Amino acid sequence: MKVKMTVARAMVEVLKSEGVEIIFGIPGAAIYPFYDALYSSDIKHVLVRTEQAAVHEASGYARTTGKVGVCVATSGPGATNLITGIATAYMDSVPIVAITGQVNSSLIGKDVFQEVDITGATAPFTKHNYLVKDPKKIVRILKEAFYIASTGRRGPVLIDVPIDVQMQEIEFEIPKEIDIPGYKPKEKGHPLQIKRAVEAIENSKRPVVCSGGGVIASGASEELRILVEKQKIPVISTLMGIGCIPTDHPYYLGMIGSHGQKEANLALRQADLLIVIGARLADRALGDTKITDNMKIIHIDIDPAEIGKNVDTNVPIVGDAKQVLSEINKRISERKDFWAHEIKAQKKVLPDDDKLHPYDVLREISRAYNGDYIITTDVGQHQIWAAHNLYIKEPGTFITSGGLGTMGYGVPAAIGAKFGRPDKEVISITGDGSFQMLLQELATIKREQVPVKIVLFNNTRLGMVYELQKRRCSGRFIATCLDGNPDFMILAKAYDIQSMRIDKKDQVREAVETLKNHKGPFLLEVVISPDEPTIPQ
Amino acid sequence: MKYTLSVLVENHPGVLSRVAGLFSRRGFNIDSLAVGVTEDPTISRMTIVVNGDDYVVEQVTKQLNKLIDVIKVKKLDPKEAVERELALIKVNANSQTRSDIIQITEIFRANIVDVSKETLTIEISGDEDKIEALIELLKQYGIREVVRTGLIAIERGNKVISKSKSEEDE
Repeated sequence: MKVKMTVARAMVEVLKSEGVEIIFGIPGAAIYPFYDALYSSDIKHVLVRTEQAAVHEASGYARTTGKVGVCVATSGPGATNLITGIATAYMDSVPIVAITGQVNSSLIGKDVFQEVDITGATAPFTKHNYLVKDPKKIVRILKEAFYIASTGRRGPVLIDVPIDVQMQEIEFEIPKEIDIPGYKPKEKGHPLQIKRAVEAIENSKRPVVCSGGGVIASGASEELRILVEKQKIPVISTLMGIGCIPTDHPYYLGMIGSHGQKEANLALRQADLLIVIGARLADRALGDTKITDNMKIIHIDIDPAEIGKNVDTNVPIVGDAKQVLSEINKRISERKDFWAHEIKAQKKVLPDDDKLHPYDVLREISRAYNGDYIITTDVGQHQIWAAHNLYIKEPGTFITSGGLGTMGYGVPAAIGAKFGRPDKEVISITGDGSFQMLLQELATIKREQVPVKIVLFNNTRLGMVYELQKRRCSGRFIATCLDGNPDFMILAKAYDIQSMRIDKKDQVREAVETLKNHKGPFLLEVVISPDEPTIPQ
Repeated sequence: MKYTLSVLVENHPGVLSRVAGLFSRRGFNIDSLAVGVTEDPTISRMTIVVNGDDYVVEQVTKQLNKLIDVIKVKKLDPKEAVERELALIKVNANSQTRSDIIQITEIFRANIVDVSKETLTIEISGDEDKIEALIELLKQYGIREVVRTGLIAIERGNKVISKSKSEEDE
């Protein structure tokens, strides 16, 4: 039945029909009709302190719930502040619907106050975007946006709605089905290719699975576990793939790449068959490993464009990882021997001296929680330490900006994750460089009383670049020392957040216990040496 | 090597910029791009000539297919397709040279579509080589201006590129 209402109200009604419970954003003049319509709805709105945080929070929410994250901003600078977050979500295939207000339709293109061509600007890193000129199309567009964001290879979709369009009245009716002629994601793998994959796996001597974020996104962890246990295949992962299988699984060797673990990279070099699942194998994942002609490659991905993009593939399989792996599992035999025993045995033993190392804290956190947490990280050295040392038990509980490498991601992602999974303890691992890129979100934590825990590794450096300068520029350090850092204890106090600082190894256990037992938000600052490396020494 | 792609897209504003943007962003070289509406007014067809190797054409096809507005992408086999380009060439002409130019135009089965005291404007359609050959011959008279549409192409026989997406095209 058709009911008359404004476009703004219709937008809220569609969001409700899509099951949206929470929106992250900041209002502005070009989006106020939508906010006004939101006033009388049950949808929770989280007021962030900068729009970039809104996307990251929606991203943390989406990655922990599997639902579409929604964020809202006004036109012009509000919209452009979303850009980094949208690009982050695009690179990590996170389903987001971003709604932006736009200036009056009649003024578009005239460079009026707070006007920006946000659909033009975000076209390269949105899965799709829309500028809504016809009020009658809003309902279909919003439905399409949710469908596109959450199906196939997931990703962000932006909808730009001029203010006059938001205020127009339409006859509201939700379409029953969505049919987009150019968008038919293919989930089922081709049977012939699956047969070829099975043969290739069974005929290989040293197979390796390289698992990416696609395994987690498709919920294929169980299918992956069955495959690797049946065929006794060592598993290596990309940064996005951490948690695809528990990190203490006997076949898990670790993360690959330039900042990866030695065992994982060794396995990749020695493999005669590489089974890539839901991973792009970008430059940082491959590191200096050359894919040789002797190594066969099976590549499973829901996005056909990923197959053959970075590495040549012998058996390409387009499809959803969960479906493809379950088909492979039906046909695959059992193998007797695990070939990578020796590699696994070479696992590096970390030095145990009197100094306080990041891994002391991370391993203590793993022990104290036994993996019952959601971890978010920022980007930098702490991200690599976390990837190497934290125990990740379940898929989707290690949340990081793997593709774009966006500093500032961790804390807002933790806020979104906590809203998505209030039953879970959420810990954000960050560094002093990253933390300061979006530290104003402490205000959101305070306002919403979000009980996230923040572990801040402070080495007063932009550590990754500092480490690079140390190795590649003979110690000619420029612009990597963060003199002028605030006193993070006083800062936390300003936001009414409990905090603690440690700088000695013997303080670790008590600090982690305090962190764990505290009911509200908590900041644990860990002062470490600037010379603590990430690259295996 | 040059490849011709026939691309069906939804006839929306902004689609051309998405397609063109994809090429520049990913470092693919477009030789030409011609676009026009099809028999179905909601759908446009782009004929894109790409310069590159097999890897490039495969990536272009896959990346184009990723765009939501792109309905279908098909690589055309030159032997199985009719390819045409339209060019308008304005060339210097005086009483001594005019008849020579008219003769050349006739040999190429081109048309003279505009005449002035000092110029002739020639319309020619054909494949790229034919147009290049005519331009080469007219150069000696002094070409003032050339306007070319870029290639358009259609498959020979009763084959059509329909709206429905099938696996083999992905």
